[in-house]
Amino acid sequence: MASQTAVLVIGGGSTGCGIARDLAMRGVDVTLVEQGNLTHGTTGRMHGLLHSGGRYAVSDQKSARECIEENRILRDIAAHCVEETGGLFVKRPEDTEEYFQKKLDGCRACDIPAEVLTAQEAREVEPYLAPDIAKAIWVPDGAVDPFRLCVANAASAEQHGGRVLTHAPVTDLLVEAGEVVGAKIRHEPGPRNDSAGEIETIYADHVVNATGAWAGRLGDMAGVDIEVRPSKGVMTIMNVRQVDTVVNRCRPKGDADIVVPHETTCILGTTDEEVRDPEKYPEEQWEVDLVIDELTKLVPILGEARTIRSFWGVRPLYEPPEVGSADPTDITRDFFLLDHAERDGLPGMTSIVGGKFTTYRMMAESISDHVCGKLGVRASCETAQVPLPGSEDFSVLHDYMDEFGLRSPVGRRSVQRLGSRADDVLKTDAPNPVLCECEGVTRAEVQDALTHSGTDLNAVRIRTRASMGNCQGGFCCQRLASELHPDHDEETARTSLDELYQERWKGERHALWGEQLSQAALNHALHAATLNRDGDPAKAGTPDWNAFDGGEL
Amino acid sequence: MIESDVLVIGGGLAGATAALSAAREGADVRLVSHKESTLRNASGLIDVLGYHDGDLLADPFSTLDNLPEGHPYERVGAEAVEDGLALFDEVLGDLYAGSHTEKNALVPTTGGAVKPTARYPKTVAPGLASDTNEMLLVGFETLTDFDAPLAAEHLENAGVPFEVRGVTARFPMLRADAKITRYAKVLDTNEKGIRSQLVEAIKPHLGDAERVGFPAVLGHDHPEKVREALGRELGAEVFEVPSGPPSLPGMRLENTLFAALREAGVTIETGNPVVDFEDSNGRIDHVKVKRTHQHVPYFANEFVLATGGLVGKGITSSREGVREPVFDLHIPHPENRYDWFEDDAFGDHPFARFGVAVDTDLRPRDSAGAVEFENLRAAGGVLGGADFAAEKSGSGISLATGQFAGKRAAQQS
Repeated sequence: MASQTAVLVIGGGSTGCGIARDLAMRGVDVTLVEQGNLTHGTTGRMHGLLHSGGRYAVSDQKSARECIEENRILRDIAAHCVEETGGLFVKRPEDTEEYFQKKLDGCRACDIPAEVLTAQEAREVEPYLAPDIAKAIWVPDGAVDPFRLCVANAASAEQHGGRVLTHAPVTDLLVEAGEVVGAKIRHEPGPRNDSAGEIETIYADHVVNATGAWAGRLGDMAGVDIEVRPSKGVMTIMNVRQVDTVVNRCRPKGDADIVVPHETTCILGTTDEEVRDPEKYPEEQWEVDLVIDELTKLVPILGEARTIRSFWGVRPLYEPPEVGSADPTDITRDFFLLDHAERDGLPGMTSIVGGKFTTYRMMAESISDHVCGKLGVRASCETAQVPLPGSEDFSVLHDYMDEFGLRSPVGRRSVQRLGSRADDVLKTDAPNPVLCECEGVTRAEVQDALTHSGTDLNAVRIRTRASMGNCQGGFCCQRLASELHPDHDEETARTSLDELYQERWKGERHALWGEQLSQAALNHALHAATLNRDGDPAKAGTPDWNAFDGGEL
Repeated sequence: MIESDVLVIGGGLAGATAALSAAREGADVRLVSHKESTLRNASGLIDVLGYHDGDLLADPFSTLDNLPEGHPYERVGAEAVEDGLALFDEVLGDLYAGSHTEKNALVPTTGGAVKPTARYPKTVAPGLASDTNEMLLVGFETLTDFDAPLAAEHLENAGVPFEVRGVTARFPMLRADAKITRYAKVLDTNEKGIRSQLVEAIKPHLGDAERVGFPAVLGHDHPEKVREALGRELGAEVFEVPSGPPSLPGMRLENTLFAALREAGVTIETGNPVVDFEDSNGRIDHVKVKRTHQHVPYFANEFVLATGGLVGKGITSSREGVREPVFDLHIPHPENRYDWFEDDAFGDHPFARFGVAVDTDLRPRDSAGAVEFENLRAAGGVLGGADFAAEKSGSGISLATGQFAGKRAAQQS
């Protein structure tokens, strides 16, 4: 099969989704393709920090200014994705006074609201700070749900006539007469994908490579060299919010210096290690130990707290080849627009590399301006003013508890997750029991997520947070899989269950001590002993029924 | 002064069995248990050995002698397993079935697989997979652990020798997030004629089914009455499909066991943890029980440790290593915590075998292999060397080692 579009955006992370929305709002015919789920790559593996810019206020003031500007815009247009936690840069005795002052001056120079708190004031904000924290700088950092944000951008792109394809990896770029004219993609099984197994050729007036850490691979398909330097970092998830404010350590760049409260959890980060392959790299015990040990110096109870899993992400770092930084932490977080016509004499394609999640919208605007220039489109960018789907009318965040017959925390959190879509999703005539007790996710939310997720329970998970709490799916994986039936047959439901259970196990392996090891042992008992999923005769082969107890006559 | 012949620490299946068998030997027995028993989390099925090296076993007893050195069954021998089951049958005789044969039964799970087990509640009995009678499974919209149509299709895919269908019904009266104990309660008391209301909802789906399976909520105090009443009105046998926590069959088992303990004269104390001990000359002198803010010494001649494994917190861990928290007994384990697990969720996880290593008298041994204390034995999940979840052997190990440890302790006291 073949299709035609004005712009083909490759990559369904924050940048790609942002570009698709921007172009679609300008009336440009746009198609977005993503190899996996939306946020499959780096976006889905970040710590969820909405930068105030404070983090870059000393080392990279251009980035810092962009961050605070976008921070303000996102709180406005994506209210249902953002939690305004505020952030602290805390000073330990061994951190220098000089750097503390530089940080403060930097924030002010970049128009970032910043306020010095005494030790006592800092502890009023965050009671669990270490007793030897001498003082802190308050900044407007926040927490953001990257998945919700990407989905909202993709939904907006579709509402404006764009086409969004997930589970559609690019198999080849089409280069004709020295020009990129489109791409071939393979449809894989996934939500809304009835064409699984087919190859589609998409012809485009212009192709945008927004594949982040994968940009080099796409460049290879067109014969151009894009030297992205993937750098891995660990994020370790705690089972509760030990802090309600982002806690940064006030010192120059370094590993393991941030705690971000995220929904019901805290996320500790991170490390910074250059890797060769954005998909295959070692996930090491020392990285987990380092973030816990280092951050315990800021918030001592983290040392005793329950860790539920760890995951790793790869930053798509980029610097112009002539810079040649040896240490990945030295590489700028700025983004670069590579016009391959100018750079490589290959028209028809532009790559976007580097950059940060917080400034995704600004990057998208810049790329869209560039692409519109190429296509002769004059419409201007409106993404900074028009709220994203789900954030149009956030006044719906009132008390839904009685209305939906749900106990209080469940109702409140459902509405927070859904934003202005809450009415549509939660108003159901059928009983709406809680399926995931740890995160308070009800059947109606899961059913809503399933309409966008096909049989992929991981896609349900990132839409709803089901299976992301203490038990890591031990109690709810089975219930989520049951929701696939009877629209899908038993074997499909079972396969999806196995995939989700394995995915949950993958991250939980890095947290197997203390309470979480007990939890893992309980999950093992439940799924192997009580449910016999490891010896299931539907998989292991039909037993000789007559050889077993047939009951007393 | 608090003193007994035998002090049992832990109130799960192993602890209860140890206390009961010690009391039956004539000892003066005290049982102390910290928290709610984990029995209420277990399915209530009594597994002895369902798998060996991944092979499904029709007869667990044919394989008991082939287990590797250090496995709890190897330590106590097949006879202890028989003795443990005999004690169980005697106490639970009216409530359980399966003692008529040495063969394993295959019981449908809520997911629609089947699992091998040696004893099963009578409420479960009509559901056995080796029976050929046509089956209807009934789930409730609000009880999310059991999707009956899905389980029925799963059983079909497992090749069961009977016709099976599933239907989802609405359970009258209760709110969407009612606890399962609430379901049991209204069925027990037949509030507002709930049983007949239920039957009316199910009857149109019955067809030729000769047995009807429900989630395991058919009464807390009077399951037989509930089952009988529903069965009579439906004109079919009614059974329960057991599931994981919280579990009414587990609670019923716990109640019966504790009644038997009281009847046997065992002193039971729950809610307070054992936090420390004193020893001299290689023997435990007394343990200390934390009661409000003080540590109270409990003296005994013999002690049985039945505090459970990782799930019951009889074994604990940290990034530094794996511990037995009461007596600080040696727990063999790899030093590097990344060697505690396999990458496959159902892999052969070393953590699943964590526990104390014992001699053939069930006395814990230190890292050099020497007996730690002359008068301390371990039983049940706190023992290492078996992946009870993969083997389906948890209850059998608790019964065999609990019975064995209790009897030896009583004889030595």
